[in-house]
Amino acid sequence: MTALQAGARARAGGLARIPAAAGAAIALVVFIAVWKLIVIISGYPPFILPAPELVAARFISAWADGTIAPHAFRTLYEVALGFGIGAGLALVVGYVLARLPLAERLLSPYLVAAQATPILALAPLLALWFGPGLTAKIVICALIVFFPVAIATMVGVRAVDARLLELARSLRATRWQIVTTLEIPAALPAIFGGLRVGVTLAVVGAIVGEWTGATRGLGVLVNIARGSLFDIPLLFATLLTIALLGIVLYGLVVLVERALVGAR
Amino acid sequence: MTATAPGRIALRGISVSFPAGRDDRLVALDGVDLVVEPGQIVALIGPNGSGKSTLLRVVAGLLAPDAGTASIDGRPIDGPDPRVGLVFQEPRLLPWRTTAANIAYPLELAGVARAERDARVATLLGTVGIEAAASQVPSQLSGGMRQRAALARTLALGPRVLLLDEPFSALDELTRERLNLELLAITARTPTTVVLVTHSVQEAIFLADRVVVLSARPGRVAADLRVSLPRPRSFGDLDAAVVSSTAHEIRAALGEAAA
Ligand SMILES: Nc1ncnc2c1ncn2[C@@H]1O[C@H](COP(=O)(O)OP(=O)(O)O)[C@@H](O)[C@H]1O
Ligand SMILES: [Mg+2]
Repeated sequence: MTALQAGARARAGGLARIPAAAGAAIALVVFIAVWKLIVIISGYPPFILPAPELVAARFISAWADGTIAPHAFRTLYEVALGFGIGAGLALVVGYVLARLPLAERLLSPYLVAAQATPILALAPLLALWFGPGLTAKIVICALIVFFPVAIATMVGVRAVDARLLELARSLRATRWQIVTTLEIPAALPAIFGGLRVGVTLAVVGAIVGEWTGATRGLGVLVNIARGSLFDIPLLFATLLTIALLGIVLYGLVVLVERALVGAR
Repeated sequence: MTATAPGRIALRGISVSFPAGRDDRLVALDGVDLVVEPGQIVALIGPNGSGKSTLLRVVAGLLAPDAGTASIDGRPIDGPDPRVGLVFQEPRLLPWRTTAANIAYPLELAGVARAERDARVATLLGTVGIEAAASQVPSQLSGGMRQRAALARTLALGPRVLLLDEPFSALDELTRERLNLELLAITARTPTTVVLVTHSVQEAIFLADRVVVLSARPGRVAADLRVSLPRPRSFGDLDAAVVSSTAHEIRAALGEAAA
């Protein structure tokens, strides 16, 4: 091997081996730099596009003086309940869809129709039915989480190796033992694929739900900042909070996935 | 062997067919009669598709025959039985479990307490010689080690009847011979009825008291030959004249079976 080849190989290996955290940091730096560049070149006023440092300062001050926190925790609460209920139901329904072909034939038209109808269009109706309180937000959240998790569970359970199922049967495993020791562990990677999609959608669901009428939540704060307060840096700081909420929840799901699946 | 020794397999007129296309059925077994006495080792040999695996699945209670009766110790087979252990043609290990956890799997399902499970798994790992692989997952094991783990898993419940579906066919010659000896040692320690599917005439003669030859589809018993080689056996015995005459008989029966 020549020195040149060795160098090329080391570089390729080095690039491929960038850790996820470093990758995220690079992406963030590039994003902020481009943002700042647009502000400088375009000369837009701060109420159209505030500079990154302005948003950062407002983000810190709004968290410090308690402007964002109550809204953020409210949204987090809605997301946690909606995601928990939606994903929980989806696991059960996804399993039934996988194991009862008749159920899939009967239920899938409803599922696909519900999924194809934009949640934005459904939200006002759900608000009408469930009122302006917490329930409507949880229902919207759960609904939007349900589909990806149910489908991922169905696909994952269906893909369980029939030969392993026969093995379990030959060992006289009960129906419940087959579920817990074979089907769930085997379907776990697929299920987590659905949970990753679901948790980010849950944040969308909560914000959409808040727009249909609420007194608290990040979706409400977006409207206040743009409307009565006309505090555009606060609007950006709120958007940043929403994005961070999604990233943190997604990270949590990945961590749980690593603990359960990655150890294999 | 007393009359009450457990592990007697009795199959009478066993027929099995599978749906094949529209209104058609593929007959895999056609009226198979076979009695295996307690503690006997029977080698099952026959062309591909002659229904050897199907026959084992009937005895294991995984498949109900279309016709005929199947019983163990006089009790009709109506489902998987804890006294019957089956080693499949492929290892079928759970890929997310370590070797030790795979061997412990049947014990877990049967509700055996943790401490006893660990003790039995340790013994079994030694029996099949894969102690070093105890905490590795199947993807880290060689084909031979996986098959040995599968054998250990089946032995975990201490079956009276052991059904082996070409368990050693993926192994190299030395490992295969070692496991053949180990199998004979296991059955000598605890009297076990064994039905072993193999493609090797040599292996059949070395291990078995009887060699049953199945005919090409639909499977029927084409020949039932006694191996009059004294026990305990060693690989040196395979040079004896009786071996070559038995091998000749088996090959003749197989030739007719395949025709
Ligand atoms: N579940 C099944 N469905 C349909 N056909 C099957 C099934 N199992 C086995 N067969 C067919 O039955 C015949 C006997 O199969 P098998 O018992 O596996 O033969 P062997 O083990 O002797 O090679 C083959 O023709 C096979 O294709
Ligand atoms: Mg077979």
